[in-house]
Amino acid sequence: MSDTQTPAAPAAPAGSTATGEAGRVLLEVTDLAVSFGGIKAVAGLSFTVREGEIISVIGPNGAGKTSAFNCISGFYRPNEGSVVFDGESVTRRKPSHITKRGMARTFQNVRLFSDMSVLENVKTGMHSHLRQNAFDAMLHSPRYKRSEAQCTEDARGWLDFVGFRADDELLVTQLPYGEQRRVEIARALATQPKLLLLDEPGAGLNHNEKIELMGLIRKIRDLGVSIVLIEHDMGLVMEISERIVVLNYGKEIAEGTPEEIKTNPVVIAAYLGEEEE
Amino acid sequence: MARVTIPRLQAPKPFIQRPAPVSGLLAPDRFMKIVGAVLFIAAAVLPFVTATPYIISILTSAMIYIVLAMGLNVVVGYAGLLDLGYIAFMAVGAYTSGILTTQFGLSMLETIPFVIIACIIAGVVIGGPTLRLRSDYLAIVTLGFGEIIRITANNLKITGGPSGIHGIPTWSFFGWSFADGLDIGGVHFSAKILFYYFVLFVGIGVAVIAVSRLGKGKLGRAWKSVRDDEDVSEAMGINGYVTKLAAYIIGAVWGGFAGTLMASHLSAISPNSFEFLYSALVLMAVVLGGMGSTPGVIIGALFVSLAPEFLREFSEWRFLLFGVLLVVAMIFRPKGIWPANAVLPFLKKREIPEIPPTAAVGVVGVDASYEGETVGPATPTGGANDEEGAR
Repeated sequence: MSDTQTPAAPAAPAGSTATGEAGRVLLEVTDLAVSFGGIKAVAGLSFTVREGEIISVIGPNGAGKTSAFNCISGFYRPNEGSVVFDGESVTRRKPSHITKRGMARTFQNVRLFSDMSVLENVKTGMHSHLRQNAFDAMLHSPRYKRSEAQCTEDARGWLDFVGFRADDELLVTQLPYGEQRRVEIARALATQPKLLLLDEPGAGLNHNEKIELMGLIRKIRDLGVSIVLIEHDMGLVMEISERIVVLNYGKEIAEGTPEEIKTNPVVIAAYLGEEEE
Repeated sequence: MARVTIPRLQAPKPFIQRPAPVSGLLAPDRFMKIVGAVLFIAAAVLPFVTATPYIISILTSAMIYIVLAMGLNVVVGYAGLLDLGYIAFMAVGAYTSGILTTQFGLSMLETIPFVIIACIIAGVVIGGPTLRLRSDYLAIVTLGFGEIIRITANNLKITGGPSGIHGIPTWSFFGWSFADGLDIGGVHFSAKILFYYFVLFVGIGVAVIAVSRLGKGKLGRAWKSVRDDEDVSEAMGINGYVTKLAAYIIGAVWGGFAGTLMASHLSAISPNSFEFLYSALVLMAVVLGGMGSTPGVIIGALFVSLAPEFLREFSEWRFLLFGVLLVVAMIFRPKGIWPANAVLPFLKKREIPEIPPTAAVGVVGVDASYEGETVGPATPTGGANDEEGAR
């Protein structure tokens, strides 16, 4: 897999990078490996994410994409390898620590807090940025009121940003699926990430919703957030990714721009099938 | 590698107009506050209507139960940690203040810092190692902890062994004690009635309001998220262990405070007062009333503490009857008598606009000029026309 390492400097795409110079390494994954019993879910995965990039991780079912995400975000403890995020090694750190450092994620099956309203869900994402303690809450101190008011406004700002248009005091279980996806992205953004990991954001969305999702992903990137997404919808992947990492059997089999991936014979053999598309 | 410094994201300003929050007397929040205030005043007036020692005594007990149940509500209701030994914290509080008053001559007020410290220690000792466990194991450990505290109290000399501690004084403040009574405008308040007011103001005023407020702040959201899905709450930057430990400690302090009140109310405590049965009863108050729901827990605590009094004629049978009532309640109200998100049906609700189909809203993000425009909840605007045309 090391021979495919050509992290082509992403040709700055139109409308990229609202902030900072692109190209600094934000996430560096080296030789990541995790196994469950005898099954090697991830077996030596390396890739880097640079600031302001949109990267897709693709691969057939069971290729280890979600396992890799779980290792990077701290949910699994990798057996080998390292994850360096924003200049700090976060290998085997708790997920909450990694989130505080600025990496947010969504889940393959939408996982919202079902007993909470939409607004509360998004507010939960702001947990580590709120300046209030238990005594403030008990006494309703001015600091608490200020903090909660700001929190509510920010949460609404994020909901508006992701295009959520239903009532924000509904319980999340009352929402249609597509709206739940939006809320989950808003909640992840509320943690103020530098890097956003999206695990199959397009799953279960209809055509229009996918078009909106692409727009949303670009818009998030324009805020200065790098994005790594796992996705099965090739149309979506080819449209928005600047680079694609292809996994199979826990290993990286190819990496490159959408154009390169489309014509890469290894990828076509392993993933898209033998036939030309 | 040099540390990349990206300024943290700032939330965009909300740009959608939202319906105004409901106002007036029938707004759910305000209405519940009014109901609470009315009940509080009713409880304050009650001794003027009927002041038989029996009534005052069982109502004082009931209010102490409310304090206790509110504490357990933090642990079970908010944080979702099943605690089968909660009465142990009450025992820690009761014994701490009992020993300090009878053997070291402190006043009740002076014991409070010690009670808080003892409860925090107890909470950390029991919670520290066990909160890494998930529900079932935690329940078993807490069950064991409850028994350990009771058996320890049964065997130590300082706790008075099986006969416990007697002659615990009532509260006193800088030389003036409730036992001295109080005359205001020709009305004489006896010690029991003064204590009743004390529990009413401190217990209900502080314990209940504080816990229900805690549930709405940052910590409350963290607790609820841990209860709903601990993994996801970790992904929100919430340290699950610290959050659960906070719930445990706050629950322990509330339990200890209730224990202190109970010790001075009964003036005698013994290990029998802290059997598993009472842990189960408090848990029942929370579950029956509605986990995480302040009105629910109050109703549950009142039910659990007062029902045995009303069922007194059935003497030996009352716990059986109790069980049947509980089963019936669980069949018809599985989420509790007053579930956490329940709103009385006659109260005003916010008008919830119909969820507009996404296509009618204007594609967010594809159109770079979306900013600054105010999109009404259901009105398509000109700003996103071209996108709609594309579809």
